[in-house]
Amino acid sequence: MKTSKHLLINSLAFAVAASVLSFAAQAEQRFPVNNPEPAEGEYVHVPPTMEDLEKSDFHPELKRVIRRGYDLFVNTQQLRDKNVFNNMNCNSCHMGEGRLPFAGPVWPAAVTLPAYRPKNDHVNNLEERIAGCFTYSMNGKPPAYGSDDMLALTAYHQWLAKGVPMYQPGGKMYGRGYPNLAEPAQKMDYERGAKVYAENCSICHGEDGAGLVENGQVIFPAVWGDDSYNWGAGIIRHFTLASFIKHNMPLGRPNSLSDQAAWDVAYYINTQERPQDPRYTGNVKETREKYLDTFHKHSSYGLEVNGRLLGDHDNVGRKDFLRPEALRSRTFTAE
Amino acid sequence: MKRIHRMTLAAATLCLAVTSAHALEGDAKAGEQAAAMCVACHQANGGGMNIPGGESWPSIAGLNADYLYKQLKDVKDGSRNSPTMMPFVNMLNDQQFKDIAVYYSQLPAVQGQGDPAATEEELAHGEKLAMQGDWDRYIVPCSSCHGPENLGVGSTFPHLAGQHAGYISDQLHAWQSGKRNNDPQHLMLAIAERMNDKDIRAVSQWLSRQPAQRKGEQK
Repeated sequence: MKTSKHLLINSLAFAVAASVLSFAAQAEQRFPVNNPEPAEGEYVHVPPTMEDLEKSDFHPELKRVIRRGYDLFVNTQQLRDKNVFNNMNCNSCHMGEGRLPFAGPVWPAAVTLPAYRPKNDHVNNLEERIAGCFTYSMNGKPPAYGSDDMLALTAYHQWLAKGVPMYQPGGKMYGRGYPNLAEPAQKMDYERGAKVYAENCSICHGEDGAGLVENGQVIFPAVWGDDSYNWGAGIIRHFTLASFIKHNMPLGRPNSLSDQAAWDVAYYINTQERPQDPRYTGNVKETREKYLDTFHKHSSYGLEVNGRLLGDHDNVGRKDFLRPEALRSRTFTAE
Repeated sequence: MKRIHRMTLAAATLCLAVTSAHALEGDAKAGEQAAAMCVACHQANGGGMNIPGGESWPSIAGLNADYLYKQLKDVKDGSRNSPTMMPFVNMLNDQQFKDIAVYYSQLPAVQGQGDPAATEEELAHGEKLAMQGDWDRYIVPCSSCHGPENLGVGSTFPHLAGQHAGYISDQLHAWQSGKRNNDPQHLMLAIAERMNDKDIRAVSQWLSRQPAQRKGEQK
């Protein structure tokens, strides 16, 4: 009985997702969304919305916490200069309120963590994973573990994962992360990337990559420079940015660039300067080497591009520290 | 002489209106004269008119000068199809386009109108689309490009807040039908074609009711 109910829910979710997709693929549209259809055996989850939350029978206090988490997620700039030291919101990369497939939807984190992460070589729970986002992508200092803001953010993640089995086996999840593009046919190229950027990105993100701030409000996020993600952010890896761009940019026109254009423009953006990697040892080549296999082999950090050694500086952006205390290694020692 | 006069004026404008500083080289005084033919529809204050069931005349007061200039050029070259505007743009030269654009950009934005009969439910749907979007249908919120208060961003994204509902609705339909094809990178067209009539009415009505000027800011 329980199983059949679960199957029904799953197939319903699938039907909803499929209808959303086929809507997007209607022939009469000149600019269809064109996200890939779910592959056979892929787990499709349509995360609940905030309207669903209001209609749910959750305790009012839990609703309040999840609402706060949603608010932080879509307007993380309210933590500016406290936890966030650049122009990013969670929503900048995890688009569509963290619900959108192929835009780093956040519900998978809630059902796959705690898990081992090669990036820091130990088992991370959801709070520590979010702390990573604040440290690198927001170039900041995470809210304290167990704090109200951390509780709110994790509760929002978990809400989006409502009904998804924990640690499900074989789980290929539809639209998870930023799925890898095929290797570029031609080697990524700075000049071609510059052209793609000028034609497709600069209208919002600016020729100088600084995005746009008006009346103290971030309108368009910075894609390089002091107000952007730092050299340790996951999206500094060329394959991650290329996939993000391919599946999400220009805004409202996903999948409109060719794979090659996405690779080239990702290379162009990620070979500009930005705040230092918080794991910096004081020597960029040494830092690159130290995190090469688990991370920097996919980035241009510590390499020479157009005569400049990238990341060879002490600039930490808008914050006044290199590395937040929350970022620490852990040796698990249960006794 | 004329050149000096224009430069003095431009400098004075720059000092007076720092917030509406523009790069377009136009003469607001000349623009005001050339705009004599515009007032029949767009009104002396540039506020236009909401015309239920007909073609609404947009409020153009306080719009970005470069944006206005581009729209005039686009009507002329046909990428923005407007039989109503065509006879007028054909009477004007490029310098007059610039002058008129600068003139209207310096007028204070005028609050537009909508349908008083719009329901609470419609307005709530409109607010959701404008501020949060509907990502399950890949309808990006208006505010992500037109600004947090939908008051417009730069020369590309015009202000929508306080614009006449009839005009916003007409334009969304014009993108759907292909009559309007002049948006950079088709950022607007792609979203407009994912909207249904109910969405268009709701978002137009809600936007028309939002303040046309930033709080505490009198141009």
